[in-house]
Parts: sequence; C-alpha cells; structure tokens
Amino acid sequence: MKKFRYASLPFAVYALIFILAPLILIVFYSFAGPNGGLTLEHYKAFFNFEDPVYLQVLWRSIKVAAVSTLICLALGYPMAYILSKMRPGLRDTMVFLFVLPMWMNFLLRTYAWMTLLERTGLINTLLGKLGLGPLDLMYTQGAVILGNVYNFLPFMILPIYNVLVKIDSSVVEAAQDLGANRFVVFRKVIFPLSLPGVISGVSMTFMPAVSTFIISRLLGGGQQALIGDIIENQFKVVGNWGLGSAMSVALMVLILAAMNVARKYEDENAGGNVLL
Amino acid sequence: MISLVLALAMLLGLAAGCANDDGKQTLNVYNWGDYIGEDVIEKFEDQFDCKVNYEMFEQNEDMYTKLKTVKGTYDVVIPSDYMIERMIREDMLAELNLDNIPNLQYISDYCLNRDFDPGNKYSVPYMWGTVGIIYNTTMTDGPITAWADLWDPKYEKNFFMMNSVRDSMGVALIVCGYDMNSRDEAQIEEAKEKLMEQKPLVLAYTGDEVKDKMIAGEAAMAVCYSGDAITMIEQNEDLNYVIPVEGSNLWFDNMCILKDAPNKELAEQFINFMCSEEIAAENREYINYSTPQSQVLENLPDEIKNDPVQYPDAETLERCQIYKDLGDMAGKYDEFWTRIIVN
Repeated sequence: MKKFRYASLPFAVYALIFILAPLILIVFYSFAGPNGGLTLEHYKAFFNFEDPVYLQVLWRSIKVAAVSTLICLALGYPMAYILSKMRPGLRDTMVFLFVLPMWMNFLLRTYAWMTLLERTGLINTLLGKLGLGPLDLMYTQGAVILGNVYNFLPFMILPIYNVLVKIDSSVVEAAQDLGANRFVVFRKVIFPLSLPGVISGVSMTFMPAVSTFIISRLLGGGQQALIGDIIENQFKVVGNWGLGSAMSVALMVLILAAMNVARKYEDENAGGNVLL
Repeated sequence: MISLVLALAMLLGLAAGCANDDGKQTLNVYNWGDYIGEDVIEKFEDQFDCKVNYEMFEQNEDMYTKLKTVKGTYDVVIPSDYMIERMIREDMLAELNLDNIPNLQYISDYCLNRDFDPGNKYSVPYMWGTVGIIYNTTMTDGPITAWADLWDPKYEKNFFMMNSVRDSMGVALIVCGYDMNSRDEAQIEEAKEKLMEQKPLVLAYTGDEVKDKMIAGEAAMAVCYSGDAITMIEQNEDLNYVIPVEGSNLWFDNMCILKDAPNKELAEQFINFMCSEEIAAENREYINYSTPQSQVLENLPDEIKNDPVQYPDAETLERCQIYKDLGDMAGKYDEFWTRIIVN
C-alpha cells in the first residue's frame, strides 16, 4: 500500500491551493484593517444590533433555507424510501433519472424555471387557456424556495436512499417477529437507522440553500436579497472585501455550529456514519 | 514510484493547461457582455496573427474590482466615462500614443475631449448612448414621458429597475430634482428614501436579462440603455423608448489601455482597428448602440440617422448629463444601494 501513498499527493496539493488557502485568505481579509493592521470593524458592521441591516438578511436567508430544506425532506424522504424498496434494476434506473437533471448546468436549469414561472411563461399561458390567472409566480420568495427545492432535492434523496438501502432486512424482520406493525417498525427501527442519511441530506441541502445568490437573483429579481447576494455584491461591486469576508466567515461558523449540534445529537442516538 | 510519476504528470498537466502553447502574441481584452460584433475578434486575430483572450463584465464596478485584484493581466478595457475618470485619478491607465491610432481622425468631435478625459489622452470612444425608459405601448396608458411614471401606483409590479447603483440612484436623484452626480449626503439620502418608497412597486431589479423580459411582454416598462432598447424594439414593435423629460444620463464607453498592460503596442493596434470603418460598422450593426465613427454614421440610412432613440436631437441631449466620478461619496451610494436591495 505504501507505494500508492504518493497518489494522494495531487489531491493534497489541490486541497491546499483551492480549499485551505482561500479559507485562510477569507479569514485574513475579514480581520484586515485598511492600513495593514488587524481590526474587528467588519464584524462590528455585520453584527450591528442597532442597525441590523445585514442581520436581517442573514435571518431571512436562514428562514428561506430552512423552509427549502424542510420541503426537500418532506418530498425526499418518502421518495428515498420508495426507491429503496424497488427491485434493483428499476431502482438504478430511477436513481439515474434523479441524477439526470444535474448533468445540465445549474444556471440553465434555473433559467428554465424563469420561462416557466413568468407572466408570459408556460404555466401562466396554460392557466390563461383555462381562464385563470395570470398569477405572479416570479420574483417572489416562493419562487426562490421553489428554485432551491428543485436544485437541491437530489442532495436530500441520495444520502437518505444510500442509508436506507443498506439497512439489513433481518433487522426489520426481527422487529416484525417481535410483533411490531409497519408503523412501529418504521418509527422504532427504520427511521432511527436512517438518521445519518437524514442529517447528511439536511446539511447538503441547507448549506447551498443558505448561501445561494444566483437563485435569489434570477427568481427573486433582487427583491429580497439573501446573504449570498450581499456577499457577492460586497466582493464584486462594492469592493469591500473585508465586510464580504466577515459575512462569509460568520455564515460558515453558523453552519459549522449547526452541523456540530446535529452530529452530536446523532452520536448520542444512533452512532452511524454521517456523510459530511 | 509509478504513482509518484503519475502524480507529477497530473500536476504538470494542470500547469501546462494554463500556459500558452504557441508563440503568437496575445492580447487580453476586457469588455462589457454582448458588446462586440460577432466576427470582430476573429478578424483581428487573423489580421495581426495573434491570439485574443476576450473576457466580459456586467458593470463598471465589477470590472474595477477585478482590475484591482488581478494586475498585469488585461491590455484593453472598455469602461464608461465616470469610471475612466476614476481610473485616471487612481493612475490605472496608460497614456495613449495617438500616433499609433490614426483612425481617431474619424471619431466625431461630439464624442471627443469630454470632461472625464480632456484631450483623449487615455481613452478612445467606442460607443455612446443614453439611459431611458422602454415601455410597451399595449400595456401603458398612453406614452410614457417622465421618470415620475416609475412611481405611479398604476404600474405596481409592472416595471423593471436596473440592478446598478449609478443608474438607479441617478434616476431617483433626478426625480427629487437634484443633480445625478450629487455629492450632498442629504440629497443622496433623499434619493435613497425615494427608491425605498418605490420598491414595493418594482417587479424586479434586473441586469442584461431585461431584454428577453421586455421582448416577451413581461412588464409594461423598464429602465434601460438606448442600444438595448433598439435591440428590443427590433424584436417587439409594441415597444418604444423615451428619454424622460426630467433629463437623463448620457454616457460614453471608451477604449483604454491599462498602465500595467503586458502588450501595449498590440493594444493600440486593437483600438485603431476598432475605429476603422469596416469594424466600427460591424460593431454598430451587431450591438445597436450609437457609433462615434463619423464614416459609419454618414453611411447609415436616414431612418437610423434620424432615429430619436439612436441619435437623439441636440435639444434632448442638452437635457442629459454625463456621470462623474464620485470620489469619496461612491461609498455612500453603495451603502444606500445595499440598504435598498436588502430591505
């Protein structure tokens, strides 16, 4: 095995250049003062409780991401469960179909939603034919949540499915032998065993949803900016990298903290592998 | 050992991918999105036996931020007036050797020697235009004439504003009766309040995608640039463009060479090439903005030459102002704009 140790070198270099270095830079910028010194000014601007402009945006982003994640879970768990019960051939085809849209560029998929939701779009045209509408679907928080759910749903389904499909059927049979009905089997056996998948799914959906900027820009029309929009704006347009970095770091710490709590809870309860 | 070789090979492959493999000269051009004739780059490459790296930006501000972070990468950039003024002030642009740009003689006087670059020491006009309102005549009550119409509750959730600090704040400043280049904090604050008041009426704050939206008839009105208006009108004849009575912004996008440009000579040749009749005509034809090239203008059919959208009369232009570099106040504009989009 020792011979292959060097094969991990490219990844180590890659991680160093593209993951670690940018992280360090962002933390550095978030503390960098105008004249080379260190400052807490950017964090103070962000956590300004007297004038909580940015905190409001953060709160809105968390809400939007949480709702999106819950919807993904509500849709994704049953889907993953159904998938795991299918016969293997059909199952693979179905999993393939779920992954298929991801072969298309993320931006294109979001643009496609624009042409569906617009006033002159497909949905409203059809509604118009039925004598209904037009409904204002675009440029609303609902549209942003829809964009999140659509784009991130596979990230919820796949980890849950992966865990469910590996549950040993003898465990389920044992529960049934002991007199548990289907509901009790699910509640006492299957669901607790699938928790690692749920936690992975939740984190893999929540994280991109809370930091997205392109979905809120395209489907929200800049009406209700999310924290990702503000960070992008600070970097690209305003040129205040310090504040942008401070916001990114705060967001990262928040997500990490939330994930840690979830993992702790998970360790105490089932003790499976959380894919994080 | 084999894995070590493999690893090295992969790393080298990565590095080689970034390097230029043939010995040709390269020119790095940084321009607005969708803002050049389709074959122009290829023609330049053929004629000067070089390779052009062409990159695009969406707003002056993001171009500026990028230039501040990557140094010595770009040769030619095409910012607008106020940004050129700022870049000259910050010593980012190289003085042009106008002897190498003989085609400058064809640029009409109207576009030369403007306040942001007196004597055109640093920049050569590429296109010019105005900011105005495009509206769909089937969706509005009669013709739109004023910026104030963008505050009319009648059009609630039926118009687009621009997702751009200067253009949106500028409109609000005019509506409040102030100068588009105001540096008075109280006036800027008032303009911000005006935009806050307008926000519930706005359908969305858009960028380039506004063209598709207006062509499709998504909304009754949108704030837009004159050249984009022409593109939209060509595809939907219900659309009309107006430079509002309160006055508006007149702008110039000029070609500049960066101080740290790797290939200044080729950059000057590029600027000269862009000013030639053939190429300027091709660019005008494709992007529809108003051309500063006098030969091209002369050969245009009368209906274009007299089109009030593309070549407004002197009286209308008299009402328009050019943006100025805001200096220290730029930060205030950004801060207020952030508050508006966040709210």
